[in-house]
Formats: sequence, structure tokens, C-alpha cells
Amino acid sequence: MNIPFFIDSAMLGLQYAMLALGVFITFRILNIPDLTVEGSFTFGIAVSGILTANGHPFLGLLLAVLAGAAAGIVTGFLQTTCGIHPILAGILTMSGLYTVNITVLGGPNVNLLDCDKFFTFAVNLFPYAYRTVVKGVLILLICALAVFLLSLFFKTAFGLSIRATGNNEDMVRASSINTTKTKITAIAIANGLVALSGGIVSQYQGFSDINSGSGMIVIGLASVIIGEVIFGRRSVTIGIISAVVGSVVYYLIIALALSANIFSSNALKLLSAVIVGITLAFPTFKTKIAEYQMRRHALKTRSR
Amino acid sequence: MLEIRHLSKTFFKGTPNENPALQDIDLTLQKGDFVTVIGSNGAGKSTLFNAIAGSFLCESGTILLDGEDITYQKEHKRARNISRIFQNPMVGTAPDLTIEENLALSFNGANKHAFARAVTKKDIAYFRSLLSTLDMGLEDRLKTKIGLLSGGQRQAVSLLMCTMTVPKLLLLDEHTAALDPVTAEKVLSLTSQIVKEKQITTMMITHNIQSALALGNRTIMLEHGKIVLDLKEEQRRNLDVAGLLKLYRELCGKELDNDRMLLTNE
Repeated sequence: MNIPFFIDSAMLGLQYAMLALGVFITFRILNIPDLTVEGSFTFGIAVSGILTANGHPFLGLLLAVLAGAAAGIVTGFLQTTCGIHPILAGILTMSGLYTVNITVLGGPNVNLLDCDKFFTFAVNLFPYAYRTVVKGVLILLICALAVFLLSLFFKTAFGLSIRATGNNEDMVRASSINTTKTKITAIAIANGLVALSGGIVSQYQGFSDINSGSGMIVIGLASVIIGEVIFGRRSVTIGIISAVVGSVVYYLIIALALSANIFSSNALKLLSAVIVGITLAFPTFKTKIAEYQMRRHALKTRSR
Repeated sequence: MLEIRHLSKTFFKGTPNENPALQDIDLTLQKGDFVTVIGSNGAGKSTLFNAIAGSFLCESGTILLDGEDITYQKEHKRARNISRIFQNPMVGTAPDLTIEENLALSFNGANKHAFARAVTKKDIAYFRSLLSTLDMGLEDRLKTKIGLLSGGQRQAVSLLMCTMTVPKLLLLDEHTAALDPVTAEKVLSLTSQIVKEKQITTMMITHNIQSALALGNRTIMLEHGKIVLDLKEEQRRNLDVAGLLKLYRELCGKELDNDRMLLTNE
């Protein structure tokens, strides 16, 4: 068994954990599938990439978050104030972002291999430690911080009104809370996290590519769903943790499939789509099977 | 307290389906009034509530609440002063949130900073004492998701949520209609108890003429978007269900037509 390969995969999962958190916020808390993710992930890659290439890796991550949040605000604005269907609003932003991203990046891709990254300082701080270990601990810390802050945020009065907005919007409005505000804020936070994920991924892999965003919504959904299979759907804090764990497990599953030579890496997108499709369809089929068995049982006993 | 002047609303204006839902409504409520609202199907009872609560804007007329013009105020802003409970118990609460979180949601708005902790220990003690007044055992189930409660329990919690911060106006839109008779009776007596205690100005739509006449201090009847009857004091006290139906027949020249109402005339 190739241990370093699996460690790398787990680390990849942690880099994509922020993406899973973003998808968790829109898909589970707000109850809206938000397709902006595909564009805002690349937006994060582009902003962080171009700033890293110019020697500002930290500023790159910070601005990536703000850029993603801005994209989220646009989608939120389209959904609420303009009354556009949530899925279409996400598609519009995502599609428009392609032009923005390629303009920011100045070309289809940028090489970052020789630049300072945000983890370079940590690697230099511990010159005798393994590079991978330092990088891994750093990303673990970032994820822990994100989980901590988010679970704190969703326990505040404002966080509670965001959760309620996804649950019963009419009631929230009747409690004199502005649902336009709660929705836009939640979508902005979600896409800020997604863009942060993009920024981290691009710095870790050492290049920024314009096409990295495609299929990200499916990976995010797969992570959230795998997390729920492991932890169950319980409190919001457990949901946040399970999204992170789900992301790691997702990449471990992929690594397992790849190392067993079951699939070529080209099959990943199809594989992810199939996993998500089956899991989302599962509750419906469960009821259908139960009904079928009930019917069969009734017919059998009647004929006797 | 509430002053409605010349309020009109027409749905589908300029189409063959044009429906004048409210026609030149004039209504003034004093502070502490408890008005019951009755009327046949499609008379405009719920439309009147929607207009007051701000679900839509009306083409003419003004609505004043406590001297403030709220005619063009947004729905969520009006909600600061106007609380509302609907017929469907699912509407008033968020099913996947716990009882304490639901209560906190309506409690926090007026009492807390946005980034303060949503549910504190102090809040929990307060919610517990509040829930114990319902006498439904809910005070020990604060962490239960509200979707697991029965319709009556949910409606009772809605009632607490709507009156926790005393609203200037409470709108009850057939809030006991979807409950079984025993629970309905319980929620209704809770309602009148809370309203009396906190002296909340209240309007209640009901299909039960008996309770329309028994509860509160005033009864109005709507027909084709107009107030056709406004019963107060002596006139109201001396009226029974049969008398009211007779009055209606004389006024409108037909029988009262409300499918649910007929079932509840004892």
C-alpha cells in the first residue's frame, strides 16, 4: 500500500474542506443548491494565483475570500432582489465569472512553482521537519479554525436567523427579520469559503488554471453527503465537522479507487456524479421499495 | 391603535377575473380591543389581514398603527409591531430547529445584538417558565425539534412566540381551525388568557360564530370586501347565533355561505 499517496489524498481533502463547508452552508443550511461555487472556486484560484505570482501569497488568500464573497453577493442579489430562480442565478454568476477569472489571471494558467506560498514561512520555520508534515499541520489548523468560527457564528442570533431562513422563510420574515439580508450574507460566506479553498489548492499544487472549477459543486455535494452518512444529520456544529471529514473521506475513497487501478483518473467526475446521484436518490428509493414489499405482501396474503 | 381609512384592494385588475377583495374599508380599533372577524367564503377576511400585515400593498387608502403611517412599510418592518398566527400550524415555526431556538428567534430581534449568543442559560430559564404556562409538558423538551410536536403544540408555541414581545397588534387567522376540538378549545382559552393578561389589541378570524360572539368585545362581519356588520357592546351582548344569522339574511338577502361555519352552529 502506498502510504504517502494516501496522506497526500487526505491533505487534498483538507484543502477542499472549505469547499465542502461552503456547499454545506448553501445546500443544507440555506436549502438552496448554489451553482456559483463552480465560478467562485476558480475566482479564488485566479485572485490568489496572480497575487502569489507577484509575491503576496497571504494577501492572495485574503482577497480570494473577499472575491468569492463578492460573487456570492451577486448571486444573492439576483435571487432575492431580482427574484431570479436560485439555480439560474447561480448559473448566471458562474458563467459571467469565467470572463472575470480569465481577465484576472491574464491567461488560461499561471505557474507558481518558484514563488513564495502562504506555507513557505512555516516550512522555513521548521527546516528539519518534513515539508509534507508542516504543510499538513498548517492546513489542519486552518480547517479547525474555520470549523470553530463557523460553529460559533451559527450559534449567534444572526446565525440562528440564517438557519431559520432555510427552514421556514415566511416565519422568519414574520419575526421581523430581513430574509434578503440573511440569504445574501449566507451565500457570501459560503462562496468566500469556496474561493478560499480554491486559493489554498492552487498554492499547494503550484499553479493556477482557469478550468479548475468545473465539477466542484459535485465534489462539494459528495463531501457533504458522505459526511452525513458517517455522522448522520444532527446539529449544525456536527454538520460543519462532518462536511470537513466528508471531504477527507471522499478523497481517500478516490485514492483507493485510483490505487487499485479500478478507474483511470479521467473517470473521477463521472464517479463523483454517480455517487452523489445515488445518495440523493436513496431516500426516495427506500420508500418505493418499502411500498413495493407492502403491496407484494398484501397480494400474497389475499390470494390465500 | 389601528386606524384603517378607505382601504381598497383589487386582484387581477383589468382582467376578466377582476376581484375587488377589499372595498373602501374603514375600521378603527381602540387599544386593548379584541375584535372577532366573521364572513362567508371569499369575503375578504384573510385579505384584510394580509393588507394590514403587509403581504401586499393596497391601491388606495391608509393604514395607521399607533399613529404611525404603515401603509407602505415593508412586511418584515411591520412584523416588529404586528404578530400573526395562521391556520396551518406548520407556518408559524421552523420544523428543523429546536423549541428553544424557535422561541429565541422571536425573542432575540428586540432584545439582542446580532452577534450575541442566540440561546443563553438565562434565556432557557425564561423559556422554560414561559412554556410551563402552556401546561403541555413542553418545558422539559426544549431541545426537541419543533417538527416532532403535534399541530396543537406547535400552535401553542407559535402563540407564545407571537406574544413574547408584546405586539401592538395581534392577528389570528383561524388559528384553531386545523386542530381537533379539544386542542382547539385549549389553544383558544390560552389565547384569550394571554390577550387579556397583556392587553394586546387583537383581531381574530373565526368560522365559529359561537366563539366569535363569546370572545372579545367586538365583532365585525365582512361580505364582498366590505364591513357589513359592526357589533359592539349592548347590541352584541344581546345577540345569539340565530339572531346573527337572521341579521345577515336581512342585510345581504341570502343565507350565510361558509361551508365550515354551518357545521359549527349548535
